[in-house]
Amino acid sequence: MSSFDVIVIGAGPGGYVCAIRAAQLGLKVCCIDSRAALGGTCLNVGCIPSKALLESSHLYHLAQHGFAAHGIDCVEVNLNLAHMLRRKERVVQKLTKGIAYLMQKNNITSVHGHASFIAPDKIQVADRELTAAHIVIATGSAPVAIDCAPFDDIHIVASTAALEFTTVPPSLAVIGGGVIGLEMASIWSRLGSAVTIIEAQPRLLSDMDADCAKTIGNIMRKQGTTIHLDTMLTAATVRKNQVELTYGKHSQAFDKVLVAVGRQAYTEGLGLDKIDVPCNSRGEIEVDTCWRTAADGVYAIGDVIGGAMLAHKAEEEGVAVAENIAGHAGHVNYDAVPAVVYTFPEVAAVGMTAAQAQAQGLQVKESKFPFSANGRALAAGSSEGFVKIIAEATSDELLGAHIVGAQASELIAELALAREYRASAEDVARTVHAHPTLAEATKEAALGIAGRVVHR
Amino acid sequence: MKIDIVVPSVGESVREGMIHKWLKQDGEQVNTDDVLVELETDKATVEVVAESRGILKIIKQAGETVTIGEVLATIDDDHAAALPAAEKSRKQSPEKATPSAAKLSPAVRRIVTEKQLDPSQIQGSGKDGRLLKQDVLAAEPSPPESPPPEPSPPEPPEPSPPPSAGERRVPMSMLRRRIAERLVAAQNETAMLTTFNEINLREIIACRQRYKDIFMRKHDTNLGFMGFFCLACTQALQEFPELNAFVAANDVVYHDYVNMGIAVSTPRGLVVPVIKHIERLALHAIEAQIAAFAAKAREGKISVDDMQGGTFTISNGGVFGSLLSTPILNPPQSGILGMHKIVSRPIVAADDQIVAAPMMYVALSYDHRIADGKQAVGFLVRVKELLEDPTRFVLEA
Repeated sequence: MSSFDVIVIGAGPGGYVCAIRAAQLGLKVCCIDSRAALGGTCLNVGCIPSKALLESSHLYHLAQHGFAAHGIDCVEVNLNLAHMLRRKERVVQKLTKGIAYLMQKNNITSVHGHASFIAPDKIQVADRELTAAHIVIATGSAPVAIDCAPFDDIHIVASTAALEFTTVPPSLAVIGGGVIGLEMASIWSRLGSAVTIIEAQPRLLSDMDADCAKTIGNIMRKQGTTIHLDTMLTAATVRKNQVELTYGKHSQAFDKVLVAVGRQAYTEGLGLDKIDVPCNSRGEIEVDTCWRTAADGVYAIGDVIGGAMLAHKAEEEGVAVAENIAGHAGHVNYDAVPAVVYTFPEVAAVGMTAAQAQAQGLQVKESKFPFSANGRALAAGSSEGFVKIIAEATSDELLGAHIVGAQASELIAELALAREYRASAEDVARTVHAHPTLAEATKEAALGIAGRVVHR
Repeated sequence: MKIDIVVPSVGESVREGMIHKWLKQDGEQVNTDDVLVELETDKATVEVVAESRGILKIIKQAGETVTIGEVLATIDDDHAAALPAAEKSRKQSPEKATPSAAKLSPAVRRIVTEKQLDPSQIQGSGKDGRLLKQDVLAAEPSPPESPPPEPSPPEPPEPSPPPSAGERRVPMSMLRRRIAERLVAAQNETAMLTTFNEINLREIIACRQRYKDIFMRKHDTNLGFMGFFCLACTQALQEFPELNAFVAANDVVYHDYVNMGIAVSTPRGLVVPVIKHIERLALHAIEAQIAAFAAKAREGKISVDDMQGGTFTISNGGVFGSLLSTPILNPPQSGILGMHKIVSRPIVAADDQIVAAPMMYVALSYDHRIADGKQAVGFLVRVKELLEDPTRFVLEA
């Protein structure tokens, strides 16, 4: 029987970062994952492969439809999907191997297998028993299935399979207008599929700023995606290698159906009943502010505890838990966690929307600056979208920022830092921004809070 | 190359000063040994000179408080000749540099500069105690809603309302602030008491009348009253050494010498230059020193050294017409003699006749912790005896 200071269950971004941080702090660490390739959903079937395909498909789309505007005539643009998918695989392999190297470098014992609790300090993996004073559950999440369209993994699939279509489906239905739905719709739409998004809510991206959601919806419609809002899927029947979908008043056959209505905490086979750790109604493990579960010495982080299902949120929790175990004061500021949707243009946000702030009784000021008035955006030919800043009316504290635009994912970092330091909109406005950059739109939006916009 | 102009060390116990006046403009061409700036410390005015030739770049503005070693300006000797005339006369930036501005966020920096707030006095609620915009907005003196961030010392509250019509608010000079501090300290930290007497100066006046020309010819200096008072006090202090001693914790520090401070009024306030080892000096040497100090004081050039080491002080309120006053001790000294106006008053002479005599009230304030009434009164009586009958200087000293 092997004994450790810390066992981390799950080698996703929460788990492996937690393991590395604990090892850095001098603890003897073991990390268990049921996948042979480390990195969890994010690296294997989530963030990374999707970003590889988003980039590839964006370039293909640009070559077909965007280059001409720059005076580049492409006579014939051909898609080699097999090559595109191989490239994606190589990117994933490079990164998962990188994690394996980091584990080795930090002397972390990496165990492949399905972990199950025997006791709060004891884990079984196949026929091995491992003990540790501290055990961190970082088992992540899995796609949610819906009753009217159960996964068959051929026609009706989850996001993992949608990253591996070997041919471009002539038609694709995406059930769910959330982050994953919009990104997957973008990939296959760019590669030539006729994509229809079916969303039960009256809007896309239900957690984000309504203005951003509406803007990206309109842009995607222009790009050729059909979007049905406020529309329930009622039936799905597989017939003649197609899926007949009934939704709203429509009935239509699709070659593929992606169900992306959300993800739920994944605790299957973990043996939580053995250690008296209950799950809530959503299947999430409940933790206190220091990520401690009901069982002594057992912690949980990342998607499995709910909240924003974001790799970087899990990473920060992993670091904080490792530091707490080692006697330091780990902390995560949930008010300053950025979120990004990798459509084109991208959508990114940090902090509160105006509606959320008002619901808390705050008086807010709002300022919006369009990329159509930004020199760099115009030069790049991607002037869609805007930067919107929400500030508290009297203190001027920057409460939130919401961006639709090219490279919004990179632009949001500045505003996350501002939020973390509780900067005022004026602080951002008085910070020198390089010219010409997209970030100048951020400065202008911040200036706008005080009615001082220069370039509009 | 850029050469830093720093606040020079001007003597013990001086840690900061205030920039009184820049004598050269920002961007001006200066030569070696040009006087650049006048600094006012609590003890003296200090001139800072250029150590090399070049273009002056002013960093600290007039009115700012600076500490020893702080960079006031730089002299760039590279561009000494090359700079175009337009550049030379360009006015300095209107924005005042804020101390420790680099640590403040841009919005906070603007507000503390505009509202003239001291960021070090404001409690920051941001990450690691950083000041947020809302912290400095709340620290504005106008809306006194929020309680002061820190329990304030028992001083009058700093942020007072803006002056109304017919009032002016002028910041105290460094010297005035130091005087104020020391006077209050003297009141608080000593057991101060004043004893009075009166002196008939007929003999001294007669002596001056008779010998002033001879004295001037022989010693090239005036024969004044102050010299006699110095002699009398020096003699009396040797007989009553408590008034020439300091209280230091539980000890008394006696001095075998007398360093006599002479309070002199200057346009910037009172300064007290010290005649060192006055007990070794003859009357003419004392008078010469007094005259030298008076000249220096008029030019504002009394140095820190000139003012250090006093063991007793004489203050002459008589020059302004005061008939009677109670001087305040100059800690750690234990005695101060107050001279007053000489007035012709009726007195009862030895033969019970009422006669007119040139009379001066004198006051001795002393630290009752160290001297009792017996010594204090005895001292003053001794001064009176010597001055009323100067022959005794010769016979008894």
